[in-house]
Amino acid sequence: MSVLVFSNPNEGSFAKSALEACTYGAKVAKALGTDCHAVTYGQVSDAEIAKLGAHGATVVHKAGSLETPDSGQLSKLIATAAAACNADVILCSHDLTGKAVAPRLSARLKAGLVTGANALPTTDGGFKVNKPVFSGKAFATEVITSAKKVISLMPNSIPPENTGGTAQVQELAGDFGAKKVTVKETKKRTGTISLPDAEKVVSAGRGLKGPENWGMIEELASLLGAATACSRPVADIGWRPHHEHVGQTGVAIRPNLYFAIGISGAIQHLAGVNGSKVIVVINTDPEAPFFKAADYGVVGDAFQVVPKLTEALKAFKG
Amino acid sequence: MKILVCLSKVPDTTTRIAFIDNNTKFDEKDVQFIINPYDEWYALVRGLELKEANTGTVTTITVGGADTDPIIRKALAIGADDAVRIDSPASDAYSTAFQIAEYAKDKAFDMILLGKETIDYNGSQIGGMVAEMLDLPFISLASKLDIAGGKATIECDIPGGTQVLEVEGAFVLSAAKGMAEQRIPNMRGIMAARSKPLNVIPAVAVEPLTKTESYQLPPAKAGVKLVDPDNMAELVRLLHEEAKAI
Ligand SMILES: Cc1cc2nc3c(=O)[nH]c(=O)nc-3n(C[C@H](O)[C@H](O)[C@H](O)COP(=O)(O)OP(=O)(O)OC[C@H]3O[C@@H](n4cnc5c(N)ncnc54)[C@H](O)[C@@H]3O)c2cc1C
Repeated sequence: MSVLVFSNPNEGSFAKSALEACTYGAKVAKALGTDCHAVTYGQVSDAEIAKLGAHGATVVHKAGSLETPDSGQLSKLIATAAAACNADVILCSHDLTGKAVAPRLSARLKAGLVTGANALPTTDGGFKVNKPVFSGKAFATEVITSAKKVISLMPNSIPPENTGGTAQVQELAGDFGAKKVTVKETKKRTGTISLPDAEKVVSAGRGLKGPENWGMIEELASLLGAATACSRPVADIGWRPHHEHVGQTGVAIRPNLYFAIGISGAIQHLAGVNGSKVIVVINTDPEAPFFKAADYGVVGDAFQVVPKLTEALKAFKG
Repeated sequence: MKILVCLSKVPDTTTRIAFIDNNTKFDEKDVQFIINPYDEWYALVRGLELKEANTGTVTTITVGGADTDPIIRKALAIGADDAVRIDSPASDAYSTAFQIAEYAKDKAFDMILLGKETIDYNGSQIGGMVAEMLDLPFISLASKLDIAGGKATIECDIPGGTQVLEVEGAFVLSAAKGMAEQRIPNMRGIMAARSKPLNVIPAVAVEPLTKTESYQLPPAKAGVKLVDPDNMAELVRLLHEEAKAI
């Protein structure tokens, strides 16, 4: 028996969320008194592979020749590794690839699945995992009743821990089936921080009056090293791109720090952001519902407050 | 073009979430139920647009009891041709996906569309499971879908950009924002929906692999600390020293 972590490389390197999953796997393995293995694929340097060892994997299974966006092939890859190390618990990140691969794997192995787990499982009286539900308005404790289990971990749920370990690397061969999905084109946005795994987010709403006023938001974000986000109407009217829309029907995020500027705090907006650790609200209306969900609030006009905040931050950074 | 769209019934987005029976059950009292927005706004509407541009049929499928019929009728009013309800209380994702795959396996659908997740359990599970059970490719969180010459061209948001994918043959796809615009059913659609077929099919036997033991509400916030708008240095200090967020 062992624990297996699927470590999906992003352009040859592992994102923080991948290292979080590895740390999570190492902790689950420790609790179960077994080893944590990892499985990866494609062109990944030894230095990157070593990071998996440093974050708790004792063995890394690597299919170096496989390059694919096809979740069908990836689920066969993970199933092959799981058979090789006799894994009962399989983990991955609850990110774009994880959301496609984890359910396939669950169906393939008849393994009960919990997606978006936000804490370590407990094992007294059944294998139980916690996860946010109702778009963050509540949490559920799920029991996995099958012998094999698949869990995907919500990014930013546990910090990655470098324990200084090293992993043994094993080349993994197998038949991963035909590639049915091909990548035609990848378009990168330059200079922006990806929203789903950002640690800090500066978000603005209809209170900003128009798209021409986002300069101060972008300046504040870049000073903080934060991603930018917006409320739904702002994306719907086209002031900001759709991928910035956060909330119940947009991207759900849980950064360490969330600035809500000129956003009223409607229930559907809060649903996608209330997992944020610290929330700062800037709004002219002291009755704005967002203040109830906030840790820090500034009642004031964004057009005055934001430039002052930017100045104060610059002074703080020296 | 034969299109299957999966629909799930979820509480309206404004619902105040509460639990009963010692926090083991979602409190449905006074709750308004709707079609999961991702299923309706994006998967269903894009399915209808593709059918309209190419000819074909859009069938919806829902696993649930008779209480799901009103949302199924709404999908028919929006424009689906017919609907299937697998008569079984919704259990875990695995058993739900199993019912859908059993229904779809010999029907040669060109595509199976659904929303990227439901807004109640936020699972993102059914699509991938159905795809694996039917041995079909699965594209998750797609924001564009076009069909030409038997090939699907699909755009997905990836971290820091977008990716264009191509798939040949049948596939399963989960839809995210950008795929289509919400359609409001008109009077003619609502009238027509009454006579469209809603076929109720018995469920097949399958064991769930997970169950929800209990629910918790998030701890209440301690209360907001207000900072003078003219003293942003104080906010920066609090965020640094107290919240340790910068
Ligand atoms: C089914 C459904 C799903 C939805 N999903 C989402 C979702 O995922 N995400 C989402 O965001 N919304 C969602 N909504 C919409 C939501 O209900 C709100 O309408 C929306 O969040 C409001 O956006 P807003 O706060 O930017 O705008 P408003 O509600 O117009 O609020 C603007 C705020 O700015 C403040 N303001 C004005 N001027 C200034 C100034 N100079 N300085 C500072 N503050 C100022 C105002 O006091 C006000 O509080 C959904 C709605 C429905 C029905």
